[in-house]
Amino acid sequence: MIEFLSSYYLYALVFVVLGIGIYMVIASENLVKKLIGVNLFQTAIFLFFIAMAYVEGGSAPVVPAEKNPGDLLVASPLPQVIVLTAIVVGIALTAVGLALIIRIYAEYGTLREDTLREVRADE
Amino acid sequence: MSSVDLLPPLLIVAPLLAATLPIALGLRYDRAGWSVAALTTTGLFAAVVALATVVYTDGVVTHELGGYPQTYGIQLVADEFSVLIALLVTAVAAGVLVYTRRGGPRGNTFYTAYLLLVGGLLGITMTGDVFNLFVFLEITSIATYALVASGDGPESAVAALQYLILGTVAASMYLIGVAFLLMATGTLNMLELAAQIPAAERPLLIRTGFGFIVVGFAVKVAQWPLHTWQPSAYQQAPDGVTPLIAALVSTASAYAFGRLIVTVFGVDYLAGTQNAAAIVLVVGCVSVLAGTVLAVIQTSVKRMLAYSSVSQFGLVIAAYGVVIAGGSETAFVGAAIHLLGHGLLKAGLFLSAALVATSYGARTVDEYAGLAKHRPVVAGAMAVLLLSLVGVPPGVGFVGKWYIALGAVQSELWPVAAVIFLSTMLTLAYAARLLEKMYFTPPAVETPRPGAAATDGGTTDADGAIRGEGAADAVSVGMVAVVVIAALCAVALGFAGGAIADLLEPFLTEVFN
Repeated sequence: MIEFLSSYYLYALVFVVLGIGIYMVIASENLVKKLIGVNLFQTAIFLFFIAMAYVEGGSAPVVPAEKNPGDLLVASPLPQVIVLTAIVVGIALTAVGLALIIRIYAEYGTLREDTLREVRADE
Repeated sequence: MSSVDLLPPLLIVAPLLAATLPIALGLRYDRAGWSVAALTTTGLFAAVVALATVVYTDGVVTHELGGYPQTYGIQLVADEFSVLIALLVTAVAAGVLVYTRRGGPRGNTFYTAYLLLVGGLLGITMTGDVFNLFVFLEITSIATYALVASGDGPESAVAALQYLILGTVAASMYLIGVAFLLMATGTLNMLELAAQIPAAERPLLIRTGFGFIVVGFAVKVAQWPLHTWQPSAYQQAPDGVTPLIAALVSTASAYAFGRLIVTVFGVDYLAGTQNAAAIVLVVGCVSVLAGTVLAVIQTSVKRMLAYSSVSQFGLVIAAYGVVIAGGSETAFVGAAIHLLGHGLLKAGLFLSAALVATSYGARTVDEYAGLAKHRPVVAGAMAVLLLSLVGVPPGVGFVGKWYIALGAVQSELWPVAAVIFLSTMLTLAYAARLLEKMYFTPPAVETPRPGAAATDGGTTDADGAIRGEGAADAVSVGMVAVVVIAALCAVALGFAGGAIADLLEPFLTEVFN
């Protein structure tokens, strides 16, 4: 177990963060906190990608002016590019979500989901 | 490079670029949005038809974006399966536009979201790269959230937020699945993945990835019990938007799931994977039954149709299960036809529901009483669409169900065949309820109905128009025509089952060899 954790601790950490994120989405009654939970969930996935690309002893994937750049040990650039795209997508989603929350708050005057449910049931 | 190779990227880029125009031109002209959208979608439809003729005569068209090889570049692929869905997407998008010209929602921002949605959907159909698929899924989703939220009243914002949270978690689940696939194989291209997955050193990673992908798509396609976002999203969206998202958004996700099953993981590989077929089958079958039962007990017509989508997509997912379990080509053809047919039927049904709400002021099943007398054309078209949804031949709903059931029987999966039969009965239960109201129940009272107008969140006939006479001039000929055309297409496509199967033949032989 200890040995497993010492070599795979990053993955373990990522999945703990993933769990915290999804727990926030499910358990928190506050809409903003729910959205933060979604963000945490996504961030954990980004970290997962980055962790996967890490190469022990590898350098940054910038090709230097060497004779045989192919022999260099570098981290895989593909997941990093992917994560950049995914971050942009995540920001767009957060923006739309916050805009909706502002509208809900303006209409119902509450950010709590349980109160919201009561208010809507009354109508 | 011949010019046909340029069509797939053009199909995605054109709507995304055109999406900026309604807002830019809107600074100068108030009503530029509709013209831009109409021009773009008509052009897209023509382009897809041109692409389809090439694909169905000469085979697959691929395009490597930026000239990067498929190992690390992004590939766009138009094959027999994806072109079929692209045809549906552009046809429905163009049809719905005919409705929105008079029926609304109006405004330039609406058409911007509309074009973004179309671009995202075409991206889902064309992409040959699993990560790119995620990006397009999210583009589609963001546009859908915005469109759902554009409805009147605060309820639509709540529905959109609910959809956003569930949809984002679902897409993230899919992304985790992609991460596991990348970890196991080191590639994101669908064809490369297909080649590497059977030989992967750590099959556990691929199985985990498949599990996450199934959960992700189960939410996106609205499978029970992960469907909770869908009925309120469909109900709260503006009347002109529901046909579009109901017909296309989940269809594109279901298409993507099928694509991953047959092209990326491969039927043979999944058949050898423990429980993969069982999980997909159970998710599909349970959704079929739960969706129809929930549809039967609804009072609002839009909500009823939304729950009906849960069951109809359950049928498609169940068909995928049959494909995995039995390697059945027939079930796959059934799934493809059902995706196409259901998209068309739901677009038609939601359009007619919108039409009825505008002209007749009816939103619940009870209020549909006497519709056939006052609005014979719409009622007739709706009846044809409903019967086709149940699976009465020669409607297109029958053909899809028939192929799926045939595939289930051929693979000796009797429970699936039983579920399909049972769901047909239950579908008849809610369809017949509506038909009975429309044709055999006289309208309750011909009086102004202030109470009804207040409870359903503000219908368009605000000045207390008399039932049956209400706001008839809000309905243009085009709006009625598009519903009638949908009904005619539903019947015409019913005869085209064999032709569609023939068109898919090259794709099937490549996948099931």
